[in-house]
Formats: sequence, structure tokens, C-alpha cells
Amino acid sequence: MTHFEIFSLPRRLQIDTAALEKSFYKLSRQFHPDRFASRPAAEQVAATENSSHLNDAYRALRDPIRRTEYLLELEGVELEEQSVKATETARIAGVQKKQIVPPDLLEEAFELNMQLEEMKMAKAAGDDDPQLRKDLEAAQTNFSGLLAASQRQLEAEWASWDAAVDSGDERAKDAAKDEMVALLNKRSYLRNLLRDVTAVLE
Amino acid sequence: MAEQNRVVGIDLGTTNSLVAYLEGGVPVVIPGEDGSSLVPSVVAVEGTQVTVGNGARGTLLTQPGNAVYSAKRLMGRGMDDVRDELALFPFRLATTEHADDVLRLQVGDRTLTPPEISALVLGQLKKNAERYFGQPVTRAVITVPAYFNDTQRQATKDAGRIAGLDVLRLVNEPTAAALAYGLDRKKEGTIAVYDFGGGTFDVSILKLHDGIFEVIATNGDTHLGGDDIDSLLMHIALDEIGNELGLSATPERVQAVRKAVIDVKIALSVDDAAKFDLDLGEGKRYQRALTREQFETVIAPVIARTAGPSKQALKDAGLLPDAIDEVVLVGGSTRIPAVRRLVDEVFALSARGKRAHTELNPDEVVALGAAVQADILAGGSAATSELLLLDVTPLSLGIEALGGVVAKIIQRNSTIPASATEHFTTGVDGQTNVAIHVVQGERELAKDCRSLARFDLKNIPPMTAGMPRIEVKFLIDANGILQVSAREQRSGQAAEVEVKPSYGLTDDQVEEMILASFDFAEDDLNQRQLIEATNEANTILEAVEKGQKHAAWQKLTGDEIEKIHAASLELKASIEGKDYKTIRSAIDSLDKATHRFAELMMDTAVTSALTGRTMADAGDKLGEGPSAPHPFAAAQIDTTDESAANAASALKPKA
Repeated sequence: MTHFEIFSLPRRLQIDTAALEKSFYKLSRQFHPDRFASRPAAEQVAATENSSHLNDAYRALRDPIRRTEYLLELEGVELEEQSVKATETARIAGVQKKQIVPPDLLEEAFELNMQLEEMKMAKAAGDDDPQLRKDLEAAQTNFSGLLAASQRQLEAEWASWDAAVDSGDERAKDAAKDEMVALLNKRSYLRNLLRDVTAVLE
Repeated sequence: MAEQNRVVGIDLGTTNSLVAYLEGGVPVVIPGEDGSSLVPSVVAVEGTQVTVGNGARGTLLTQPGNAVYSAKRLMGRGMDDVRDELALFPFRLATTEHADDVLRLQVGDRTLTPPEISALVLGQLKKNAERYFGQPVTRAVITVPAYFNDTQRQATKDAGRIAGLDVLRLVNEPTAAALAYGLDRKKEGTIAVYDFGGGTFDVSILKLHDGIFEVIATNGDTHLGGDDIDSLLMHIALDEIGNELGLSATPERVQAVRKAVIDVKIALSVDDAAKFDLDLGEGKRYQRALTREQFETVIAPVIARTAGPSKQALKDAGLLPDAIDEVVLVGGSTRIPAVRRLVDEVFALSARGKRAHTELNPDEVVALGAAVQADILAGGSAATSELLLLDVTPLSLGIEALGGVVAKIIQRNSTIPASATEHFTTGVDGQTNVAIHVVQGERELAKDCRSLARFDLKNIPPMTAGMPRIEVKFLIDANGILQVSAREQRSGQAAEVEVKPSYGLTDDQVEEMILASFDFAEDDLNQRQLIEATNEANTILEAVEKGQKHAAWQKLTGDEIEKIHAASLELKASIEGKDYKTIRSAIDSLDKATHRFAELMMDTAVTSALTGRTMADAGDKLGEGPSAPHPFAAAQIDTTDESAANAASALKPKA
């Protein structure tokens, strides 16, 4: 059963979260192990399983980004490397993640990385270059703006996806999928950049 | 009999423990024999005699080595965790082989693990409830600090099992408190529960909606409580006693000082100043005044430690303080005015014209909530049928990956039950075992997190390295306890999972303790009930046999005689089945079938074993009043009783 099926929802990305919550409460009343505490052991085990799936589904669907990642995975997209989780793991392990630089960010990212290196070196030497700091702060604002913009773009793609699902247009679906993968990738890239900038500025 | 379905709610506290149940839609605390609702979580062992509660407190002062308290702080902990704490506790640790073995405490001449000590406290509460109901109590809901990790929860569940209780659910203390508050008034909105008790601190943020109590975030510190405040004051007093009076800190003096410190602490919640006045023997007295201001300066660092988790919980919930509609105070330490000021500040209460809730007794509110949850689990009643708790796991669950790094698989504050599926493979050709190290915590390296267990996946079919695809399912159940199952997907074979719990008891150890402990009394009780029912059945069968020669028999109709024969046969068969409940119901059937016969015999003014039985039965039932002593309760104290002898020997460590 997919997360969408648990809530009897079509695989659409625009979800009414208030209705989702209501539905979650209703299903919880039905499946929660507390409702089966006086039932035979087998039913209790089943309730725990069912309830865990319900909770997992709710957790994934109520968060728009996780919802998008989940849908793309269901659609057979290999998101592994770009997922929030993969990014986290790679960061903790200090491993360079296979990250595709979004083409439209190539130039700015290159420049920023140079500045980051300079700033790190300056900091290591005990200096603080006020101009560099200013540049980085400007970059921070710029990239925050881009991140917010990518969120809006992603929301627009949800609408495209949903429309394609409703009309059964497979080509439009594929186009929306590709676009969402690119946007998720961009977001993950931007988030990493922002984290690095924030760390250096601290 | 509805009472058989009864489930009690237990607050197993660091300082005090309570048992409660729901009566007519209202949670009520069950008092002990001494009329007090609080059972101090103190256990004393003298020879074969075990005392729990108020009685054990005396032993603590006179023979500190024979008593133990605050064992909750030791639940699910290892030697390294508690080293610092032991300085001021009179606990003597028995040596353990490995650093992550379960702790063993020397109490009197016994060696007890923390779950066994807690089991003794639970046993006393069980006894109090049985005395109150005049019936055996075997099912319970037990509360735990929300921030308890898997190992601490498991230890609590083990304690319940050792005490002969079927633990239907572990409920988080702040959640239980919310339930107690939310029961009588249909509340809606977002509430925070600030629970500062004897040994632990929790803060939980809940959304109340239409009878659903949904925990959004929880945080805390399982080693922060009134004990820490006591420790600070004890250090000061003992230093002064050493320096000014030249008296050493003997275990007896430490306990006398601890008692005085607690009295002073309590007084300072009401008064502006309090006095120590202690007779220390050798003609020396310790006298000292302490103002509330001084007291607050001393304890400021301790209570400040509750601010961090409170703010983190708000952050995790994605809420600002002014989004909290109400704050509920739980735990004895919230009586301290300085603590209330901190709560007021963290949640910006008076700034918004609000006050924290203290209507329910902070010592009782958790037990009352546990009683509500117990009622829900027992099938619910009018008062609880619409209520449902949705709790979360307080700590992230992860597995140790290459390089000692933690890969998180279930995030903290995930609603439970929660699950995650991970895939593993082998690194060497023909490898048949894979070891997985599961940890809990927020840190990035496994060594900084709490080790929960090492799982050995065994019997993997030998294949080329990297070929097996082992699917491991991690499931955190509604108690916040982890369950792991594994399957090799290419062969479809369920891999065997062998668990080595860290700091905990293995299943075998718990089983052994159950067999050895006074849960034995429970088994005895079943045994005894079987024997009694069988005896009774034989008596009535014999009486029916004899009765057939009686004149009254001739007055029965053929139908009535047939019914008596059928019921007799059923009863004989039930005796073979060796289940006392079946025998009881067969006795009842035969009793009914012979009812007119008994009347006819009575008419002829002849008494028989039949009527004798009913009289004896009625006599038994007289004992079922609410305050009558439970017929089996005495077995645990009376050392001449066989089951008590078992219980006593059971408390000795197994060779």
C-alpha cells in the first residue's frame, strides 16, 4: 500500500493538509494499538503494523518536500543521491556527495566557492576581511532568495503534475517529473551552499 | 465479571509511586494500608524481609546499607553513567564484568538489579490495589518519563513483568498528565506540560483536538530533578558538618542530612527562611538558617537546565511561546517558586495574562492520567471512549554506518508506532552473519549516542559478497520500544535476529527473574485457584452422587435429572482441563441445575454438602468489598506461607 492509498488519495501533489489531518485522526481512531489492547495478540501486532504505516504515511505526506520526494520515488525516479537524507548522511560522514551543479547556478556557485575558500583562509589566519564578509552576506541573501524562488517553482510544478494526472497526459507527467527532480536537486544544492556560508560567517 | 477486566494506572516515580484507577468516569488514587496514597519508592531488605514504602524509609535512616531509593535513576543505565551520582547515594554496586552489563546493587545481603528493585515497588502497589479491590490485579499501565530511551523503557517493562503485571502500555508521564487535565473539560488547543519531578525532567507540547491528544514534540533530561537540588544542599551541609563540627559523613549522617535537606527545601517553597537543626550524635548539633534567596541562588543552575529542553521542544514543534494556550505543571519540584518563575518566563505566561495550571495535585496528576489511559485500554467507558493518545518517540533512532557515523532512520518526535526499513548486504563471500549496531540520540557519531543493542542477523544463505539483500524492519511500538525483524529477500528466508541489549536484561534473564520473583506468588495463586476449584468440584460431585439416594431426588422431573447429569459430566470434563475458570463456570452450571434439588432437600430440613458449598461460597464473596483485605495479599508478607517462602528465596541472586 502506498502512502497515498492509505489515505485513499490519488497521486496528486497538492494536498489539503487540514483534510489530511482530519483523515489521519479518523484513521488513527480505527487503527491505533490502544483500540486493540484487549484483543488477541495477533490483532495487536497487526494494529501496531497498520498504525505505523499510517503514521509513516502521514509524516511523509504532510511535508510538501517529503511528499514530492516520495511521489518521485514511487514514479521510479532514483532520488537517492539528491534526497535530504542522502545529503545529511554525506555531510555527517564528510563524504563528497555526487552533486550535480544546477547549470543556471554554475557561475555564481563557482564565485561563491572561491570566496568561501578565501574567507576560510582569512579566518584561519585570524583575519576578518570586511569586504569579503559583505560579499558573502550579499551572497547569503541572494541564495536565500533563490531557495524561496525554487519553492515557488516547485509549487507550480505540483500544479502541472496534478493537471497531467487528471488529464492522463503521460508526456506532461514526465516533463513535470523531470522539472521537479531538477528543482529538488537545485534546492539541495542551495541548502548546502547556504549552510557553508552561514558556517563561515559565524 | 467486569472487574476481571480491570486495568490500573501506575506512576512509578523516582521519589514516590502511586496506583490509580477510573471509577465512574473519575480517576481515583488507591490508598495503601496506612491510608496514604503515596508509596515512597524506597525498598529495604533485612534478611528475608522486604519492606517497601514508608516502612523502608525508617531503615534508610538507621541502616542505610539495607535500603535503596531513587532506583529509577539507575534504570537502563550502565556503570559509567552513574559513577558521579553514586557519591551521595548509599548504593553499593556489585561488580559487573562488562561496562555495558546491567547494574547490580548490593542491598543488605542481596544483589538486586534496578528492574528488580522497581518490581518490588510495583509489587507493593499491586498489593495495595488488590487489597482495595479484594481481587487479583494483573494488568497495568505504567508511566515513564517521556525522555526515557529504549533501554530505560525496556527496563521498566521488565520490572512490571517481574512484579507479575501484564504491562499493557508504557505511557509518557507528561502525556498522562495532559490526559488527566483534559478529561473533565473538553479542551482544544495547544498545551505544554512541564514535568519536573524527583529525578527526571520532561517537557511535552501537545495539540488537543476532539478527544485526540497529539504530542507534537517532547524533550527532557532523565537525570535532572529534585534529587539534584537535594544533592547541592547536601554538599553544603556535609561540608559544614565536616569543617565546623569535625564529623565525617557516615552513611547514617548522610541520610539524616538528606532528610533535613528535603524538609528545608519543602519549607522554603512556602516560607522565606528555614532552619536546619540536626542532632548528629557525639553531643553535636548542626544548626543553620537558610533564606529562600540563598536557596534560589544555590539551585539556580539546576533549574536553569530545564530551560534548554523547553525551548528545544518549542522549536521542534515549530511554535513560538505565545502559540502555547496553556501550561500544565507536574511533579513535586514545580512547587518551588523559582521554578514557576522560570516556566512563566519561558512560555511568556504573565506577559499574556496567563497562569500555569496547578489545579491537580502535581504528585498525583500522572497517576490519574495513567488511570485514564488504563481505562481506554481496558475497552473504554463513557468518559474515555472518545479519547486517543498519539505520542512520539523522544529520540532519533539510527544505525552505525561505516566510520562510526550514525545514519538516522527514524527522526525524533515521529508519531509512534513508527517504522523504517533498511537494506543490508554482506561484504565477504559466503558471509552468513551481519551485525547491526542500533543507537538512539541526536549526535552524529555512534559513540556519542546511546547504544541500544547489537543485532546479529544470522543464518544468511552463503552467497557472493554483496548478493544477499537483507531487509531489516525497525518498528517502534506504542510503548516507544524498538522491535527488529529481518528477511533475506533473495531466498525469502527470515533471518534470525539475536539481540544483545546494552545495559539491559536479556529475555532469558527476565524470565529467570519472573520465575524466581514473587510473581511466583501469581503462579501459586493460579495453582491455588485450580486446586481450590478442583476440590470444590469434587465436593459438589460427591454431594450430587450421594443426593441421588435422597428422597428429594424422586421429586425431580426427568428433565431436571437429565440437566443435572449433563452438568455433572461437564464438570468432570472441566476438571481434566485443569483451567480453574472453566471449572468455576462448570460448578456454577451444576449449581444452577441442582438449585431446585437443593431447595427440595432444604424443605425436608436436611442439610447436605450442596448447601454447605453455597454457604462457603457466600462467605468468600463477603471478602470482595472495596476495603476488605485481599485473600491472597498476605501471602507476600507471611513468611510461614509457602508462596512467601518461595518469594523470599527468589529474591536471592541465582547461583
